[in-house]
Amino acid sequence: MANKAITTMNARNMQQVSATQRVVKIAVQVLLYAFLILMAIIIIFPFYFMLISSVKELAEYKQTVQTLWPNKIVLFNYVEAFNTANLGRLFMNTLYVGLVSTILSLVITVLTAFAFARLEFKGKNALFAALLGTMMIPGELFTITNYQTISNFMGLKTLGIQLGSQWLQDLGNWKNTFTVLIVPFLVSIFYIYLLRQNFLQIPNELYLAAKVDGTSDIKYLWKVMIPLALPTLISITILKMMGAWNSYVWPNLVANDEAHRLITNGLRNAFTESTGDVNIPVQMAAVAIVSAPLFLVFIFLRKYIMKGVSRSGIKG
Amino acid sequence: MVDSKKSWKAWLYLSPAIVLLLIFTAWPIFNTIRMSLLEGYNAMSAVSGVKFNFGFKNFVDVINYGDFLTYLWNTILLCFLTVPLSTLLALIIAVCLNAIKPFQRLLQTIFFLPYVTNSIAIGMVFAAMFNMVGNNFGDPNELVITAGIINNVIEFFGGERINWINVGSSYAANMFVMTVYIVWNALPFKILVLLGGLQSVNKQYYEAAKVDGTSRLRTFTRITVPLLSPMITYVVITGFIGGFKEYSSIVGIFGAKMGPTGDPDRLNTMVGYIYKSLSLQPGRASAAALILFAIIFVVTLLNLYISKKNTHY
Repeated sequence: MANKAITTMNARNMQQVSATQRVVKIAVQVLLYAFLILMAIIIIFPFYFMLISSVKELAEYKQTVQTLWPNKIVLFNYVEAFNTANLGRLFMNTLYVGLVSTILSLVITVLTAFAFARLEFKGKNALFAALLGTMMIPGELFTITNYQTISNFMGLKTLGIQLGSQWLQDLGNWKNTFTVLIVPFLVSIFYIYLLRQNFLQIPNELYLAAKVDGTSDIKYLWKVMIPLALPTLISITILKMMGAWNSYVWPNLVANDEAHRLITNGLRNAFTESTGDVNIPVQMAAVAIVSAPLFLVFIFLRKYIMKGVSRSGIKG
Repeated sequence: MVDSKKSWKAWLYLSPAIVLLLIFTAWPIFNTIRMSLLEGYNAMSAVSGVKFNFGFKNFVDVINYGDFLTYLWNTILLCFLTVPLSTLLALIIAVCLNAIKPFQRLLQTIFFLPYVTNSIAIGMVFAAMFNMVGNNFGDPNELVITAGIINNVIEFFGGERINWINVGSSYAANMFVMTVYIVWNALPFKILVLLGGLQSVNKQYYEAAKVDGTSRLRTFTRITVPLLSPMITYVVITGFIGGFKEYSSIVGIFGAKMGPTGDPDRLNTMVGYIYKSLSLQPGRASAAALILFAIIFVVTLLNLYISKKNTHY
């Protein structure tokens, strides 16, 4: 009753002010769209600039006032970019590192998250808290020691030098190998945390029932837990692949040779010049080639990326 | 019930992660502290078996080593330029996005685009937009072939072109370019989080404000911001953490030389310092990493403290 009275009162009020209010409302909406569209144009402009510059001839790019649409669209910049930066090789290297590290990382993450979510053991909570605590430490702090570790793993290189054994030296020196790009980053506390939360939502009764039926842990994981946690696993896969695609610092530090170079440092190093006079159209073509897979992944798997991202706050 | 068999199995599942964590996480934590406290520790003497004294000399050296303070200043300046600006802009965009219906999804997707990019690669695009192609900048014989699209826009509106990133460019111009790029890069994540927060705010508060005839600005400052304060705190803290670790966006624009040609390292940061010294001076690099950790820790606590005082529920 009371509600109804308020509604009618509101309706009467509305009618009185409706004319001016509607004008204000439309004006506000127009302003909102104008602002958002302006911001969207600013956000998109670098991508647009990249694309138009990549199909311009160098002479056109060097006009005093740049054209906003190419007079003549040419594609040879892409061919040249592919050859200059040896992008084919970089693609294969990155794909290999990305795939292997994703698969291994998924296996480790699933096993660890399962242990923390379902199994009981002494010191479980303390260990988990300690792991979460390490997330606060900036990664650069680990890099210093890890650089030493991979240059002389377990002191094997030094031992190899002392014993005169090349085999031992190679075993201890991981520089310029794919191992060094994969192994140090296989365990991610954040992914373990994410998956554990997901596993905890699955009722424990299912697990106990499976135990009664004599199902093994591995079979239960494979048949029940993994299908139920699939969205999280997909998010992890995408973020991990994007990580390999975007990583720069570590690969540049430890594996910057032709055979193991990854796409990002390959790209940066191929176009670092001392003079201001770089062939920018070719450079933009290379950037476009490198960016394309990321956009494709984004278009098809946006849901998973945004879900993973909003919970992590980290890039890649 | 915990039976020993199950416990044994748990450790089996954990073993791959534990082994890797011991090597690549636990040992580095211990070793970084150790190296930072060994006076004069460097790679050469460590190999030849020199014994080092315990002390804080590395920390003193880092601070006295002229460039570190410059790098620290660059880092702090970038943080305080980019975090407030990107947070405010993201907040405004998120509120506007939340207030429209048609095209909301499309615009939301556009605003998310910078996130799925490679910060080095797109840094090269920004560099190209600001880049002047030519020679002898600042000379009487200055020769500019093309001033770059940003300068074209400035000149279109009747302004003077600016040497943004080339030889002889000013520190302020460099910083401006970095700020634009970092804010552009930081927006998507912040908009995503803040818009998510806005969409979960109970509509009743707004209905009540409407009935009371509260103005839009007042609604924004008295309802939206307080209700969003946990999300704002979150993006500010992650923003500061990211800001203090700024490195690759500078590499994207300026390359590994971390500054315009002729003035390398001008824009270098704390992380840049760590990477520069880690192979030859691991003692100093460790000390710098611990200083970085301490700064991030204090800033995070400070942010939490301030936001606790200002959170209204």
